[in-house]
Amino acid sequence: MMPLFDFPGGIHPPEHKAHSSAVPIRLAPLPPQLHVALRQSMGNAARPCVAVGDRVAKGQLIASADGRLSAAVHAPTSGVISAIAPQPFAHPSGLPELAITLDSDGEERWIDRQPLHDWPQRSGAEIRDFLAQMGIVGLGGAVFPSHLKLGVSPLETLVINGAECEPYISCDDRLMRERADAICDGIAVTRHALQARQVLIGIEDNKPQAIAAMQAAAAAHGFSVVAVPTKYPSGGAKQLIRILTGKAIPHGVRSTEHGVQCFNVATVYAIGRAVLHGEPLISRIVTLTGAVDAAANVEALIGTPLDRLLALAQPHRDRKEVVMGGPLMGFTLPDLAAGLTKAGNCLLVKSPALFPPRPPAQACIRCGDCASACPVSLQPMDLFWFAKSKNFDKAQQWQLFDCIECGACSYVCPSQIPLVDYYRFAKSEIWAAERDKNAANLARQRHEFRQMRLQRDKAEKAQRLADKAAQAAARQTASHSAAANVATNVAPGADPKQAAIAAAMARAAAQREAAPLPEQHSNGLNDAKQAAIAAAMARAAARKTAADEAKAASGQPPAPPPASSGLDDAKQASIEAAMARAAPRKAAADEAKAASGQPPAPPPSSSGLDDAKQAAIEAAMARAAARKAAADQARANQQPDS
Amino acid sequence: MTAIHSTHIAKPATVSTVMLKVLAALLPGIALSVYCNGIGILLQLLLASLTALGAEAAMLRLRGVAVLPALKDLSAIVTAWLLALSLPPLGGWWMIVVATLFAIIVAKQLYGGLGNNPFNPAMAGFALMVVSFPAQMAQWGSPQLPLDAVAQWQWIFLHTLPAGGVPDAISSATPLDVLKTGLRQGQALAGLLPSSSAQGLIALGWLAGGLWLWQQKLIPWQTPLAMLAGLLALALPLWLWQPAQYASPLLHLLQGGTLLAAAFIVTDPVSGSSTPKGRLIFGFGVGLLTYVIRVFGNFPDGIAFAVLLMNMTVPLLDQYTRPAVFGHRRERS
Ligand code: SF4
Ligand code: SF4
Repeated sequence: MMPLFDFPGGIHPPEHKAHSSAVPIRLAPLPPQLHVALRQSMGNAARPCVAVGDRVAKGQLIASADGRLSAAVHAPTSGVISAIAPQPFAHPSGLPELAITLDSDGEERWIDRQPLHDWPQRSGAEIRDFLAQMGIVGLGGAVFPSHLKLGVSPLETLVINGAECEPYISCDDRLMRERADAICDGIAVTRHALQARQVLIGIEDNKPQAIAAMQAAAAAHGFSVVAVPTKYPSGGAKQLIRILTGKAIPHGVRSTEHGVQCFNVATVYAIGRAVLHGEPLISRIVTLTGAVDAAANVEALIGTPLDRLLALAQPHRDRKEVVMGGPLMGFTLPDLAAGLTKAGNCLLVKSPALFPPRPPAQACIRCGDCASACPVSLQPMDLFWFAKSKNFDKAQQWQLFDCIECGACSYVCPSQIPLVDYYRFAKSEIWAAERDKNAANLARQRHEFRQMRLQRDKAEKAQRLADKAAQAAARQTASHSAAANVATNVAPGADPKQAAIAAAMARAAAQREAAPLPEQHSNGLNDAKQAAIAAAMARAAARKTAADEAKAASGQPPAPPPASSGLDDAKQASIEAAMARAAPRKAAADEAKAASGQPPAPPPSSSGLDDAKQAAIEAAMARAAARKAAADQARANQQPDS
Repeated sequence: MTAIHSTHIAKPATVSTVMLKVLAALLPGIALSVYCNGIGILLQLLLASLTALGAEAAMLRLRGVAVLPALKDLSAIVTAWLLALSLPPLGGWWMIVVATLFAIIVAKQLYGGLGNNPFNPAMAGFALMVVSFPAQMAQWGSPQLPLDAVAQWQWIFLHTLPAGGVPDAISSATPLDVLKTGLRQGQALAGLLPSSSAQGLIALGWLAGGLWLWQQKLIPWQTPLAMLAGLLALALPLWLWQPAQYASPLLHLLQGGTLLAAAFIVTDPVSGSSTPKGRLIFGFGVGLLTYVIRVFGNFPDGIAFAVLLMNMTVPLLDQYTRPAVFGHRRERS
């Protein structure tokens, strides 16, 4: 028995897993139409590489990764591409996202699958590239592209996360019970790619069958299956690493720096399917639970409309909103027409009977319960105070960004304060401010560079004119003297006509010599090219001004995400244009929200808070949610939970 | 519904249930107090509660805050009861009313209501009374007061007694006060010790309530234990050194509401420290200061001033005792 470690805080909410964990995984029926969103991972959305009307096979690449953090997207079934257009998207912001709509032909005709049979002979880099093509992302919820986590090897410990600590969710539990061998195959590949010395599989001790199944399968491979005490959030990557290895990895530090990497069981299962069977990530297991008659775990194709999935579980009549994810970290789905994404591990149906609405928030009594519950030893009540008073510097000083948004603090708060919402609000405000600052810096740098360039061009022009004048003068002198020389060299009594010819030839030679060669230009460009560049620059400047104006008018943060600083201008320009386009869309969304009379915020607090201030904060929080889409970019540099 | 994400489940605990449990935890001590001192204390509790509710409601309305939800959190009643249990059980009706008004209006609502008050409201009310009405505050009913219920209530309201009353017994000083003045006048300690069995019995009631609150995870262990440790840190060595001059640690523990304060007053979350280390320092400081003021100061009991003084240190304590965040070795502040 290996020693286990504990992490600070944690909570023990009622588990409610039995509803769904008793039922074996079954295949969700093939839907007639799928909406495969292009944003299936952190980072940029994938770029479509098919056109409307194309016939695609199951598993065919339909959108390729755009940038490092992006992930490839494949056709979940065979059929015809019927649209590439914005569709409802499973994200709290409620903003639509570009999606590929696929009309299935019912044939489930696969592409020619090409597994990596000789993976034991392949290097980590080769496996990494293979997985990148297969669109494998972390299926625990963070959808971080998996190949990026295979960078560092050799490694001390590979941690496999089967904790599944959130109440209600049981998809990993069922997966481990039913497909333990396939999971272990995936672990073997991952271990090989990372050259990991040991493999520790952590499973919460409330899943005895899963533990038994995994133990049986892991024995042959020499992996250790470890039962960890049931405590939320033991399934957080860093919490599980702490429990199994004793290493406490702070925010902003990659676990590989401590010789550990962590993958979710569903992710290694997907890795196994990709490498051993050549199947890209086109389906996942989803728990359907909550206020439903037939709680279940189904294996569903990515892109399956969520309302179709939900119908399989027969929701109660009094059902209200549906949450994607668990009851602690999940978010309310804005639109059930959205297609299933790779992040969708659970659809939790809420009903007033099962999830009574929270009473209105009261004042914080500084009881410290939230601090005792926080798994990263933050002082949530102080962070709440700073976030509410928009004292963001102080919040950062109190390490707001170490918060993993687990919701443990909100869960225990006797004053019913939606603490995590305040932290998300504060974080997105800080990101927005940072983007603004970066944009301003970028603009200043560009301006200075342009000034410098104009100065230089002017100086060069003056130099050129001066050179020309000097050369002209030299030419004059040279030709005269050459002619004179020739004349004097001609033998006396020679033909004067011949002498004249010789003189002309000499002049021509002198001219050739004196003529400024193109290479002699200081910057090596000829005038025509330079003029073209200047014109292009002028056009770009004009475009940028126009874009800025559009942005200013729409009140959009006039900034590209910080990640873009290293991008070339063309990309930058296209990002800006996209943002300008997004602004009116956002305004429209806001209006729609306002029109539908939705309170855009947590229940109004009736405590001793200034109501106007509260309202302002709530409005800002709603805005923050919308802005979160953009902020995901910034989040991408965080090491996510697997 | 809201578009933002939020935790979708919550522990059923609310501020009201927390406060209700605190009130329940006070009941054993109150029962013992009634048993020992008669039912005058019930009248004080009633007066304090009504005053507190009235004052709170009025202030909430003045501040433009919804009245009912805030009243329902029961925090005003807790403050009222703690005050009523700290003041002399047979003090005139106006005393508890003035103290409660000050506690609720000035110490709590003027600072912004529950959660925003830097000082413990009950202790602020108590301190006001000690400073303003030292003579009345020093009059504690004698433990063996031969007064029936009617007589007690008549005394509290009208300050008169049925024929043949015994005002002397009523105006006897608190044990700690007797001790202090007696020692100053050079009397022997042994002769001064008041019969403290009743006080001791009531103290056990507070202890029981406190233990239950701790078991319910409503109060931390750090603050109460640190307070008792702070008190004993001075009481024990001084008593060992000069037993004739300094009262026994046991007396300090059982007299003057020490255990009431340990279980219910220093554990007030709002005005106390909220970090584990901070709570240790806060409690220890209260214990030390209590002893110093009791023995060397001019007031009969020092708990209220000790608590108020330590309340002032809380912002600093909270800042410098923040626990190290997960994975970070040093705490940054
Ligand atoms: S749990 Fe709630 S009431 Fe208690 S300190 Fe934290 S935020 Fe304040
Ligand atoms: S949400 Fe953040 S502050 Fe709250 S308990 Fe989790 S990590 Fe701590």
